[in-house]
Amino acid sequence: MEAFAALLDTLVYTRSRNAKIAALARYLRDTPDPDRGYALAALSDGLDFTAVKGSTIRALMRERVDPELWTLSRDYVGDSAETASLLWPEPEQVLGPPPTVAQAVDALAAMTRTTVATELPALLDRLDAEGRYALLKLATGAMRIGISARLAKTAFAQAFDVAIEDVEEHWHGQSPPYTALFDWAAHGAAPPDTENLPLFRPFMLAHAFEADDLDLDAYVAEWKWDGIRVQAVHAPGESGTGESRLYSRSGDDISASFPEIPASLDVPCVLDGELLVRGEAQGGKEGGAASFNALQQRLGRKTVSKKMLREAPAFVRLYDVLQIDGVDLRPLPWAQRREALESLLHRLDPERFDLSRLIDVPGFAELAALRENARDAAIEGVMLKRRDSPYVAGRKTGLWYKWKRDPLLIDCVLMYAQRGSGKRSSFYSDFTFGCWDGDPDGEGQLLPVGKAYFGFTDAELKDLDRHVRQHTVNRFGPVRETDKSLVFEVAFDSVHASARHKSGLAMRFPRIHRIRTDKPAHEADRIESLRALIRD
Amino acid sequence: MSENPDLKGTSARAFHCDLVARAFSWIRPEPWGIHVVPADCWIDPARAVDRALVTHGHADHARGGHGQTFATPETLAIIKLRYATSDGAVPVAYHETITLPGGVKATWIPAGHVLGSAQILLEHAGERILVTGDFKRRPDPTCPPFEVTPCDVFITEATFGLPVFRHPPTQHEIAKLTDALAAEPERCVLVGAYALGKAQRVIAELRAAGHAQTIWLHGALEKMCRLYEDFGVDLGPLSLVSDAPSKDAMEGHVVLAPPSALNDRWSRRLPDPLTAMASGWMRVRQRARQRGVELPLIISDHADWDELTRTVTEVAPRETWITHGREEAMLRWCELHQKKARALALVGYEDEGGDD
Repeated sequence: MEAFAALLDTLVYTRSRNAKIAALARYLRDTPDPDRGYALAALSDGLDFTAVKGSTIRALMRERVDPELWTLSRDYVGDSAETASLLWPEPEQVLGPPPTVAQAVDALAAMTRTTVATELPALLDRLDAEGRYALLKLATGAMRIGISARLAKTAFAQAFDVAIEDVEEHWHGQSPPYTALFDWAAHGAAPPDTENLPLFRPFMLAHAFEADDLDLDAYVAEWKWDGIRVQAVHAPGESGTGESRLYSRSGDDISASFPEIPASLDVPCVLDGELLVRGEAQGGKEGGAASFNALQQRLGRKTVSKKMLREAPAFVRLYDVLQIDGVDLRPLPWAQRREALESLLHRLDPERFDLSRLIDVPGFAELAALRENARDAAIEGVMLKRRDSPYVAGRKTGLWYKWKRDPLLIDCVLMYAQRGSGKRSSFYSDFTFGCWDGDPDGEGQLLPVGKAYFGFTDAELKDLDRHVRQHTVNRFGPVRETDKSLVFEVAFDSVHASARHKSGLAMRFPRIHRIRTDKPAHEADRIESLRALIRD
Repeated sequence: MSENPDLKGTSARAFHCDLVARAFSWIRPEPWGIHVVPADCWIDPARAVDRALVTHGHADHARGGHGQTFATPETLAIIKLRYATSDGAVPVAYHETITLPGGVKATWIPAGHVLGSAQILLEHAGERILVTGDFKRRPDPTCPPFEVTPCDVFITEATFGLPVFRHPPTQHEIAKLTDALAAEPERCVLVGAYALGKAQRVIAELRAAGHAQTIWLHGALEKMCRLYEDFGVDLGPLSLVSDAPSKDAMEGHVVLAPPSALNDRWSRRLPDPLTAMASGWMRVRQRARQRGVELPLIISDHADWDELTRTVTEVAPRETWITHGREEAMLRWCELHQKKARALALVGYEDEGGDD
């Protein structure tokens, strides 16, 4: 438990992602089974112990600490578990060695609402303040220290020097303490057997296309639809009655947000496609898909209303197929997988699944011309896939390319800046910029339209940092307001109507494209120019 | 910074002013300091007065501009360094008793807070009143330890007057620092520490733990370190960051800076610094995170909760008056232990981010 408590504190205090990964990897390497598996579960998904709730901790403390002192302390610290860990009365004598993570997990899992009042204190009495904090966080499942599933898997891969794609593939369907997974990664055992489960398979990803020609005999072109990449999976499941799942690109199960997709899939297969909402913004009537903005309204919801299902029905536009009826198609060339996908289509619900059309052009020049027009069709760009390429996890050079349409550009004025984190903590590196609302030479005001923290070089960052410090007119905590004299050329992929922003606009992927020290602020763009680019 | 002073000392625990008027009428707490009426002296006043009795050199206790300043020689040296004046300075050694106008006797007794820090014992009309200034109970290699002194009224600070504040053993925190150095020898550990007291204590504790390497200093810390050395506190090899031949020279070393420099441009000249901070506030995770601290070191020059309550018990005064800090919890503790107490609502003492 001490090592886990130390890890937890390191993760709490460390800002840099790489340093967090390194700390977690070190822990996973140095800690024996099953502690490391439970720790991993606690940090990424959380472990659920039904007998221990926030109220349990408060009740325990009421018996030990004056309620007024508890309230004063709790209000100051702002976190019940931490307050309790600090206020817990140290036992008069040592009551045994601290429990291991596994012992703590076993004990917590065995507690009931009646036994928790004696058994949880028995554990707390064997720990120091840091250990008590770790135990209470573990018990209540409220880590909140910014460890995503992706970060946990990256650390796991780094710890045992295995490919992250393999980790993703084998992770799914395993449960804490993941002994089979550690046996495979740390001890070279065979990977866990998961054939009949509706598991996630790592995606094949594309590189950005940067050349100016490509042989279209070797590559096929396809639209890059603007939704989110998903994997729809159906398998017999443990019961054999059939289970379906929908996974996001990072492997998160998003079935609950889009229940209509898994509900309509009953063929054992693994499908790769773009999740979209019905509409006409992308590719017009023929394209049949609404803008990304429409899809976004449905993302991240735990439950979906009937109204949403009716008004923004989702479907998957299929790019590829990885498995049909238990047969792994990934080693086959793209052309054969495409054939298999086309012949599978009649077994799928046409309301929920359609096929991503190939772009039929005689040559590269024609393709380039088509891509130029992609913006009007609100499509993200073009995909280029090698006809003879197998489906391989991750980003392998030369197989798939994404050729995004050129970004949109607009001139904005720097309004506010905030310090970055980690290596950038001494730099003002997060910039909020605005466009003119009204006549910049008259009564016009700048209205914030977006925020960007990349797109510039390290040398440019130094200049920007200096500019912010020399042109500060106001400070609000960590934020500085500048005199609004510097113009940025901001690049972005698209802009959408948004009720969440004061400007009524939300930009996608804004980045600082150029620093226009040559341009006076009043020549920056007006908000109407940005508004005119909405294609919702 | 400071809460509304009018709201302090709630009615439930209202102090019976008539009683005080009879019992300890010769001493009057005012919002800007403690007035010793018969001597017309003020203890740690927040404004310029004719005659000031000063407990220690932190800026919120020792201000310039008084007609006369009574303090230990160390504290007077610190005041001279900070305000470039020794006009009206009257040195009083530890345990020396002086007689003030009106027949009030005053004695400076070690408080264990920083170099030169003292409690001031006042005796008049058969009554003993002790003002702690800031104090701590655990050992500090840079100053003599706090002495428990019996008195009728104990006027104490309560900076860390919440039961969550329990400072771990200093050696434990110093080990955290040296372990971090050893774990990543290509980095340095940048420790934020207040210029007076904390910086020198961290250095002295590192030396006591056997750390003999050069410690690099931010320029703002240099003079105070030299002053400590002049008073016989051995701080070992120190160098200024501005004199470092290269970044590499500081790899694997401790660098000390005032807290304000931690995330400032100044830190860019250091080799990939791990940001640490030595302060009692580091006990609370969120406080450390807010300051961007990656390695919190819970090292404080103030008494923690256990020290505060233990001290009130040991001194066993008839009354405890609380000058500043988290007095609600201390009042509650006194109430639970049937000890008479009141909050004074003094203004101007730093609660947060001050010299702790």
